[in-house]
Amino acid sequence: MAASCVRTVGSFLGKCGNCSSSLNTVTSQLSRQVLSRQICVSTALKKNLAAGGPEKFTVEFIQKQVEEFDIGKRHLANMMGEDPENFTQEDIDRSIAYLFPSGLFEKKARPLMKHPEEIFPKQRAVQWGADGRPFHFLFYTGKQSYYSLMHKLYSKILNIEKHQDRMRAKGLFSQDTKEISLDTSRWLTKEELEVLLVETISSNNYDRFIQLMERLLSMPYCNMEEEFVLHYRRPLEARSKKQMVPVPERDDKGVAFSTSDGRRKTSNSSVVLRDCGSGRITVNGQEYLHYFPVLQDREQLMFPLQFMGLLGRFDLQCTVSGGGRSSQAGALRLAISRALLSFLSEGEQETMRQAGLLTPDPRVRERKKPGQEGARRKFTWKKR
Amino acid sequence: YFTMLNLTSASASFQACQSEKHLGQFYTLPSAHFRPLFPHGLPYRYQQQVKTFNEACFMVRPPALEVISYLKKADYSKPALRYLFYGVKGSGKTMSLCHAVHFCYTQGWVVLHIPDAHLWVKNCKELLPSSYNSARFDQPLQATTWLRNFRTTNEHLLSQIKTKRRYVWTKRESTDEGRPLGELVNQGISRVKSSSDVVGALMKDLRLQSSQPGADFRLVVAVDGVNALWGRSTIKKENKSAVDLEELTLIHNLKKLMKNDWTGGAIITTLSQTGSLYTPKSAYLPQELLGETGFDSMDPFIPVSVPNYSEKEFESAYLYYLDRKWLQHPQSRTEDGKKELSFLSSKNPSMLDRICGFL
Repeated sequence: MAASCVRTVGSFLGKCGNCSSSLNTVTSQLSRQVLSRQICVSTALKKNLAAGGPEKFTVEFIQKQVEEFDIGKRHLANMMGEDPENFTQEDIDRSIAYLFPSGLFEKKARPLMKHPEEIFPKQRAVQWGADGRPFHFLFYTGKQSYYSLMHKLYSKILNIEKHQDRMRAKGLFSQDTKEISLDTSRWLTKEELEVLLVETISSNNYDRFIQLMERLLSMPYCNMEEEFVLHYRRPLEARSKKQMVPVPERDDKGVAFSTSDGRRKTSNSSVVLRDCGSGRITVNGQEYLHYFPVLQDREQLMFPLQFMGLLGRFDLQCTVSGGGRSSQAGALRLAISRALLSFLSEGEQETMRQAGLLTPDPRVRERKKPGQEGARRKFTWKKR
Repeated sequence: YFTMLNLTSASASFQACQSEKHLGQFYTLPSAHFRPLFPHGLPYRYQQQVKTFNEACFMVRPPALEVISYLKKADYSKPALRYLFYGVKGSGKTMSLCHAVHFCYTQGWVVLHIPDAHLWVKNCKELLPSSYNSARFDQPLQATTWLRNFRTTNEHLLSQIKTKRRYVWTKRESTDEGRPLGELVNQGISRVKSSSDVVGALMKDLRLQSSQPGADFRLVVAVDGVNALWGRSTIKKENKSAVDLEELTLIHNLKKLMKNDWTGGAIITTLSQTGSLYTPKSAYLPQELLGETGFDSMDPFIPVSVPNYSEKEFESAYLYYLDRKWLQHPQSRTEDGKKELSFLSSKNPSMLDRICGFL
């Protein structure tokens, strides 16, 4: 484009070559400016790589990668002496871990061999043909897949309404049709929907989508579109994981006792809770008062028993190692509450869980980072 | 379980209190007894409690009762019996000692109560070479304080007992035979330099006199923290070498007292790990704390173990605090609160005291 500028300017100058010297100086100035502008423009023409967005992979490139991956998979199967036809992704992972053992802590930094679909992010193929005309009819809305989805949903709603009218006309309309079970699943989040549609959506759009889905579900006869709806829901993980309750055994004298472990920070502890009458406590073979002279630690130990009101009933025999004073007390508390579970009813176990007695404390010492004095503390900032 | 037994000055009713029926119950000391008997010798926290409650209350517990019963039945023409209280930290050894000492006081004995032998082997600010024996060292400050307290305790008896020998302190001062002991004690208090020698002389005199068949008084030697006599000391000489225990006059004389070669009295002692030097924290048995030499010299003795509170005693202590309105927290007045206290303190008397201190 710069060359054509020069050419046009040059031809223009050539045409008025009879102009005065002032023009000449002007032209020389102009040419100098043009020359200097050429340098600037050429540097500006150099592609600003970051401004382009994420790397665009062409469809041919992705196809080539897929072919290479398949060939590589067969080679790997041959190397490992396994059947190339039935070589699954798990086998690939196992073989790679065997052939390239890595001691890196970050799992994502280790050697990886996966299908290109999973590695390269999904991108839109070119949406228009050779004549520049887009394929999709909603291309000029900007969010073609989103709006097409909304249209599809609405058409389904209309279908259901038509079906309802037909049933009503026949006199077979009934309210109590099979409902779609929605308890064990949740709607897609906005991010997941974006990944599915391969385009960005605003939060208003997402809300509209959810509203339309709810409207679909509110009508009877929605089980016609059950499969379609479930495609846009994700199953909920079973949140209420059953706590492993230690089994109470009976020892020689017929006293029921239960054992359990607990961990906090770096301490490990194990507790044997006996159902005798007294409230004696032994820690590592020593007196409880002697091992925990600080009141705070003793209060920590007392908390599970006091919470359930069973203070004087149990005998504790504890062993603890590692960590410091506080973490040992915390580990013992967890172990005691776990051991206590076997002597309690369901409702009481639930109260214990809600009190937070059964959750292991996830706080561990944070790593010190280079360039800082500690985990969070930075070096003293000096202005100069 | 809990009743306050009022004690009159008549020793008869006091003796009636000291039976097993009254285990776990509190009895009050009349203030007339309290001021002279215990100018020193009680644990610090207990002294503060006495000041707060305006009265001194002891709990009747089995170890003290045992010792008192032995004291009642002992034959005083035989060599003195040695009793040793031992137990974990804070279980009430010093209190039991004081209980027994109070009993002896009501019987009219001469009380030689050394509050803490550990105080004599550490943190000594002044060390003088002894005038009597140049190899030994004197501790004038500790000796004078002790003599003063001794005088307050045994006021009424000091004028009655007479010295048996003549003591020469310096060129100009001497105490003749037959002078009342009170004069000896005053001499020691006024002349600070010779106070440790006065202490030694006092001990020797009392020992000799109580052994005689015609003596009209009995001597009780109560030492708290007796394991200090055979441990190590932290006092240093000027050239930074540690002082051997034999080189201290006070300790030397005390050890002579502890030997049971005299009659007409009793020796009651306690072990103490808290003040002791160079002993591990978990040691509380006599063998560990006394060491070999100590054990051999104390042998034979009657060990009396002082355990933590039993259920009954704990309840009694709890009710006492309630009665004195010491427990202000509303939770502490409930049954659950009591269980919590028992768990947290694991029925150790001093721990219970500390916890109730901020309730």
